[in-house]
Amino acid sequence: MSIISDIVENTKAIIKGMSVTFSYIPKEKWTVQYPDEPVTMQPRYRGQHLLHVDELGREKCVACFLCAAACPSDCIYIIAADDPRAPEERTGVDERFAEVYNIDYGRCIFCGYCVEACPKDAITHGYNFELSVYNRADLLKTKDDLLITKQKQSPNYRVAFADEDVDSEYKEV
Amino acid sequence: MHQVEVATTQETLLDSPEMVLNMGPQHPSTHGVLRVILKLDGETVIDLDCDIGYLHRGMEKIAEHRLYPMIAPYWDRLDYIAAVSNGLLWVETVEQMLGLEVPPRAHYIRTVLTELNRISSHLLWLATHGLDIGSFTVLLWALREREEILKIFERQFGARLTCHAWRIGGMPNDTYDGFTEDVTQFVDNFPHRLAEYETLLSENRIWLGRTVGIGVISAEDAIAIGLSGPALRGSGVAWDIRKSRPYAAYADMEFEVPVGENGDTYDRYLVRLEEMRQSRLIVQQALAKMPDGPVNAKVPKIIKPPAGDYYHSIEGPKGEIGCYLVSDGSSRPARVRVRPPCLINLQALRQMCLGHLVADVVAIIGTLDIVLGEIDR
Repeated sequence: MSIISDIVENTKAIIKGMSVTFSYIPKEKWTVQYPDEPVTMQPRYRGQHLLHVDELGREKCVACFLCAAACPSDCIYIIAADDPRAPEERTGVDERFAEVYNIDYGRCIFCGYCVEACPKDAITHGYNFELSVYNRADLLKTKDDLLITKQKQSPNYRVAFADEDVDSEYKEV
Repeated sequence: MHQVEVATTQETLLDSPEMVLNMGPQHPSTHGVLRVILKLDGETVIDLDCDIGYLHRGMEKIAEHRLYPMIAPYWDRLDYIAAVSNGLLWVETVEQMLGLEVPPRAHYIRTVLTELNRISSHLLWLATHGLDIGSFTVLLWALREREEILKIFERQFGARLTCHAWRIGGMPNDTYDGFTEDVTQFVDNFPHRLAEYETLLSENRIWLGRTVGIGVISAEDAIAIGLSGPALRGSGVAWDIRKSRPYAAYADMEFEVPVGENGDTYDRYLVRLEEMRQSRLIVQQALAKMPDGPVNAKVPKIIKPPAGDYYHSIEGPKGEIGCYLVSDGSSRPARVRVRPPCLINLQALRQMCLGHLVADVVAIIGTLDIVLGEIDR
């Protein structure tokens, strides 16, 4: 191949490739501006756990240890206790409740088996995915971090509606 | 593997043209924590050895201490790019050992999502392979398409990467409302996007210069080493578990197995692009034929496969991934052995690299499409 035909061939290939690249300049961008704009979490997303309470504010957990038994990574630690007070004043819905309920997020693999195992719907996966910490010990979350009444909604994400289009947060290309 | 003999004395180092260079384990182009010990003459590779194990987590040993369903999430973390496909292997192995009849709808949904996973794995391969060789644009575009698939996974499974997609005997949930529309929208747009990658790369002179004739391996050598997946098909061997031992609903699907001719990096690139097109066709067929009905079989509460051993393998995006399972009749497996496609494909690296430049080692590691989570387990 002579030098001239080489140059012509190379230029043709470059022009062909760059024409596709340049055709993207006027089109809208796909980039999601996290954390300046909130990201959308899908309804089934498995994020940080929530410990639920009933309408009287009593914890639903009855410390049956089924979640801890189902956990593949042994990250749930529970100490059960009895609450002898009258039903309305109790911490939990039942006499037996979890005095300590820790989840070690250094070990948790977010598989969802604890949620499937729970007979009282006391534990579910929430949507919080921002779990990074500066100190490894802070990954151990206690009941104070996990109870739904104590968790704060982060402004960095929102949860999609069930009938929302999967690409709704992207613009047309 | 071949051991590199290192000349250590100062005199020989000064005299000889040979040099020993450690590439990795923190090198960005080794796709993880792979350490490649190169013996160089100038810039030409004259010998090579791989050092693996930096990501070893002992998954096979962990599995001996877990109940059968509990092992499923660990499979996602082998080849984390293809978590859906790996999960399918584990549940199918246990189902076949138990003799469970999985409802046809579950088989079809598994086929759709496993093929989407194959496309997403190949897209990530294309993105990183392009980046290694020096094409940056294709990285951004391939990741954009992959993002659409990951969104479908997030809506269906609840996670994007380590999906924990299946349960023994079926699925955790039926498909969500709008699943068919989402997948149809993706498969309709996809050929146009794939054509754009081809415009960028297939005739690009730099791409051709970096891939044609690089890392050639003949069909005989590929079979002797035990390559599988696109790395084997690039050498012209039409071997695909989906055709030869169909699992899930692949027996009902019509698709072709693309093969290369020369067994070089460029052919493997073409094979993977064509595989994405075929995967798209499989997704379309499976969606069209999707039957109604339940997605879960009746599964015993405590899963105890009968004593004995069983081997099952599927065609993962990287190659044949297999599971050899030994049961002693209890609720925990006696032994789980993974046949990792990436580890066996990596064995071809030395033969492919000899005589090439250091820059080509990067291209050849890319074309083998290795994931260190699976090599080290």
